[in-house]
Amino acid sequence: MEPKPRLGDNEQQVGKTMAEKSRFRDPELAKQVSEKIGEIAPKKGVVKICHVCGTHEWTITHYGLRSLLPKNVEVIAGPGCPVCIVPASEIDEAVQLALKGIVITCFGDLLRVPGSKMSLLDAKARGADVRVVYGVGDAVQMARNEHDKEFVFFAVGFETTSPSTAVEIAGKPLKNISFLISHRTIPPAMKLLVEMKDLSLNGFIAPGHVSTIIGLKPYEIFPEDYAMPVVVAGFEPLDLMFGVYMVLKQLDEGKPKLENEYLRAVNREGNVRAQEVMREVFSTVDGAWRGLGTIPLSKYTLKNEYSKYDAHQKYGVRVGKGVDMQHGCRCHLVVIGKIKPTECPLFMKTCTPQKPVGACMVSVEGTCRIWARAED
Amino acid sequence: MCLAIPARVVNRKEDKAEVDFGEGVLREVNVTLVEAKVGDYVLVHAGYAIQVLDEKEALETLRLWNEILGAEAATGRQ
Repeated sequence: MEPKPRLGDNEQQVGKTMAEKSRFRDPELAKQVSEKIGEIAPKKGVVKICHVCGTHEWTITHYGLRSLLPKNVEVIAGPGCPVCIVPASEIDEAVQLALKGIVITCFGDLLRVPGSKMSLLDAKARGADVRVVYGVGDAVQMARNEHDKEFVFFAVGFETTSPSTAVEIAGKPLKNISFLISHRTIPPAMKLLVEMKDLSLNGFIAPGHVSTIIGLKPYEIFPEDYAMPVVVAGFEPLDLMFGVYMVLKQLDEGKPKLENEYLRAVNREGNVRAQEVMREVFSTVDGAWRGLGTIPLSKYTLKNEYSKYDAHQKYGVRVGKGVDMQHGCRCHLVVIGKIKPTECPLFMKTCTPQKPVGACMVSVEGTCRIWARAED
Repeated sequence: MCLAIPARVVNRKEDKAEVDFGEGVLREVNVTLVEAKVGDYVLVHAGYAIQVLDEKEALETLRLWNEILGAEAATGRQ
């Protein structure tokens, strides 16, 4: 019998790992770890492992990883798409400003997210100046170049994204740019999921890139207070397969703990510099998540010292409560992993990537959109 | 949206660096948040480097995987 291939056999290849990532995607090794998972998975009952990252869902779906797991090991997608959970009222605010003639800059994903009456794309069709940017830096640069116009950056995203917004605001940009801060922090949402008894989660795969910023500490409460295994995992198929294995191993041994599989990018402290700049600029308040309701201390807002960059204050933005869910849409159940996209009656019937009804079908990181693409 | 892509730092000037995403795709990114030097791999998200990738830890991950898979030498070499 031929010896099994080993990771790291060729030092030169390992040296190139980060660029080529070939060993992190090796199908033969995925098969081996799949067998290991089969050995360790409980023979009875269902194990539900939840991730909270759209990029994790993309890797799992794109590489068909669910087909490599035993039938009773379910990997479900939690609220890991920061665009999908922006409530309609916050889209309404951006739409209101856009229709007033202020240039709205945002990530492309946000354009088609439904507001109560219209999306930013609808506003654009009515003549509003809505521009897609690669990052907040581009928005600040645009404001610098066109100083006769008023700009707003619609700041959406979890902790992977919020430090960049904080850096630009701390750098005191020109006064013709302000910010609609819709950033959310993910650990409070994970806490909400654990406390939903009917969801019956058995473990978490924590988001790798959020963790590069926040480090490991914010997850400590899950094994300590809820006996819930947590493994921080990277984004290659093997990262996720090993993440699943590590959760199952903890369950098998009855020792829930916090482990880090994504060692090459995540350390215990996280990115201290990013944390400092976020603390300098933001404070945390209760925030509404589309489909989930209000989650305590889950939203960033600008501190008083930076209030002149707050678009709400600058323009006196006032909107109503907002209509988060269109009739028949089940995004609120998809977003917590309670149902699969295919269990929604609208999925790929009246709700398609071309004509999305719910936010989960809009963003390329929305669970419905990812599943729709996999069906193509 | 939390997608972050590894890239190698080619040049660095104050808070900006030119990075190589591979196959000659170069782009300027903001490196305020990291302590990255030329030759380092950084994770880039929305025009910002958010972390320096640790090659030693990449090897450690491979070692850990080997261990899980029951491969022979812990380092993968003999």
